[in-house]
Amino acid sequence: MSEQTPLIETRALKKYFKTSKGVLHAVDDINMKIEKGTTLGVVGESGCGKSTLGRVVLGLIGATSGEIYYKGRDTVKFSKREMRGLRKEMQIIFQDPYASLNPRMSVSEIIAEPLRVNGILRNRREIDKRVKELMDTVGIASRLAYAYPHELDGGRRQRVGIARALSVNPEFIVCDEPVSSLDVSIQAQILNLMMDFQKEMGLTYMFITHDLSVVKHISDEIMVMYLGQCVERAPSKELFAQPKHPYTQALLKAVPIPSLKNRGKPREILPGEVTSPIDPQPGCRFAPRCKYAAERCRDPLAFQKISQNHFVACKLYEQAGREGEAQ
Amino acid sequence: MEETRKSKTILEVRNLNVVYETDLETVYAVNGVSFTVKEGETLGLVGETGAGKSTTALSILRLLAENTGKIREGSILFDGEDILEMDNLALQKLRGEDISMIFQDPMTSLNPVLTVGYQIAEVLELHNHDHRSAKEIDQKVEEMLRLVGIPPERKHEYPHQFSGGMKQRVVIAIALACEPRLLIADEPTTALDVTIQAQVIDMMEKLKDRLNTSMILITHDLGIVAEICDQVAIMYAGEIIERGTVYDIFESQRHHPYTEGLFGSIPRLDDETERLKPIKGLMPDPTDLPKGCKFSPRCPQCMDICREKRPPVCRYGSHEISCHLFGQSQEHEGRDEA
Repeated sequence: MSEQTPLIETRALKKYFKTSKGVLHAVDDINMKIEKGTTLGVVGESGCGKSTLGRVVLGLIGATSGEIYYKGRDTVKFSKREMRGLRKEMQIIFQDPYASLNPRMSVSEIIAEPLRVNGILRNRREIDKRVKELMDTVGIASRLAYAYPHELDGGRRQRVGIARALSVNPEFIVCDEPVSSLDVSIQAQILNLMMDFQKEMGLTYMFITHDLSVVKHISDEIMVMYLGQCVERAPSKELFAQPKHPYTQALLKAVPIPSLKNRGKPREILPGEVTSPIDPQPGCRFAPRCKYAAERCRDPLAFQKISQNHFVACKLYEQAGREGEAQ
Repeated sequence: MEETRKSKTILEVRNLNVVYETDLETVYAVNGVSFTVKEGETLGLVGETGAGKSTTALSILRLLAENTGKIREGSILFDGEDILEMDNLALQKLRGEDISMIFQDPMTSLNPVLTVGYQIAEVLELHNHDHRSAKEIDQKVEEMLRLVGIPPERKHEYPHQFSGGMKQRVVIAIALACEPRLLIADEPTTALDVTIQAQVIDMMEKLKDRLNTSMILITHDLGIVAEICDQVAIMYAGEIIERGTVYDIFESQRHHPYTEGLFGSIPRLDDETERLKPIKGLMPDPTDLPKGCKFSPRCPQCMDICREKRPPVCRYGSHEISCHLFGQSQEHEGRDEA
């Protein structure tokens, strides 16, 4: 888009885990960019490495190789102390608000903790004031300041998680399935809240989810992952209007739509299951489930440019760009 | 509409009231729920956490927690016989053979120390009226596995060797082994990935048609409802607030404000929504439900009467809405009486 440095950029980012059965390729060669103030949606099914990617980008897990640039500086090379400084600017909201809040801390203690740990505010009164402000912002009644997480319902717990992430005035937040465990009416409240904050504070999100409808709603750009690799990357609208990768197409077709338009029509169903990410074969990892799979799919993959910001890792688009579309 | 074949009612729930009672409090989980399920038909029971969907399902099989869950009022007629009056022996016969259930979490509904083949065979042995031999049962197990798309050789494997989607297939094989007349599926695909969900739903549909099983599908996903349900009942705080055919729910202009809120809350793949319209507030406390309409504290169109009086059921053909908004003007209109 613009010429300025993106807020987050990764180059050939890899994270492998050694297991007794071999090397698990959780994140394999991911190149991505997130411009300031925008949202990158990362979609994929369980085990595709999207959560690992989020954690590696934040430096919560070390990368196996590759580079992660935050405002143009490579954070992989950062010392522990430099990393600590960065924590104020990068935060995470977890999927399970039940598991990510300390059950023995009250709401106000939970929200105050990052302020104290990072030494942003030291004075007790100031901390209390800031906590109150934050609770107001995310919409938790102040009477709940001394409540414990078990006393709250899922939606309120997630609001506490958001308040905690916002407490240090971050620039970048990784949202790891923040609404997946919530009921739809509460999910909508939280999504609206997060979008409001983005507008007001210019936040940048990396939004990890398996829910395509949610990701469509909130993202500017979307990255589709399959078995540790990015298979397609495009601006949100373009991805949904013209999905190119056979996996993206299958994924979109699999989502049940709440209208009777497609009722009774036979649906194309993606056969098979995700194969093992341990010591994968070279070439396209989706090939065993793909109806267009051919011999050439065993060769190493390269990204094909479909348009300005639309990239797809599929052999179908190799020759002559847009010819031979998979429709 | 698909109402040409006049099929008979196989399940009728009338004015069901269920509470969970402890020394400390009483939770009013289900408050006067009535519905019917016809042969070969799928009823979608839709609602959010705490709406009473699962409690309703558990009541049908009399599986409520023994010490706390109590059915206070109502009747559940299966084929004309009241399940609430049945003794244990009759219930044992009913469960698994006439009515069976699929639970949400396939990881916890299988026994980890028994092979999946054994677990499918167990149902067949318990309901072995045809005096099948061990060999015949074994054949049936293989047939069931094939039916749900699992290679029969895998019958000697244990649940942990299966993926989530495969486990749910095993659970479905167990549930359908005795060819029950009614299948209750409680969020059967919520724990699965979308592509696997599509596979499982497709399979359930095919099996249901083949065996002419009726189904109660409990879900919060309106997309799944649109795809496979014939009838829909929307629950809120232990009541059915709107009920009708899938066409009534998705295509009618009239809706309960809660139903509208539910539709406004979901981001759509097939539509551009700039901003979601969530329902304000939270579900009411089930130990202390509001007087009158249970939805009134969150309702954008709440009137005085809503806080006082329980709303009447307004009928428009097969479409029923329990709301005061429709109560006054069209209470007795009932246009195309089905």
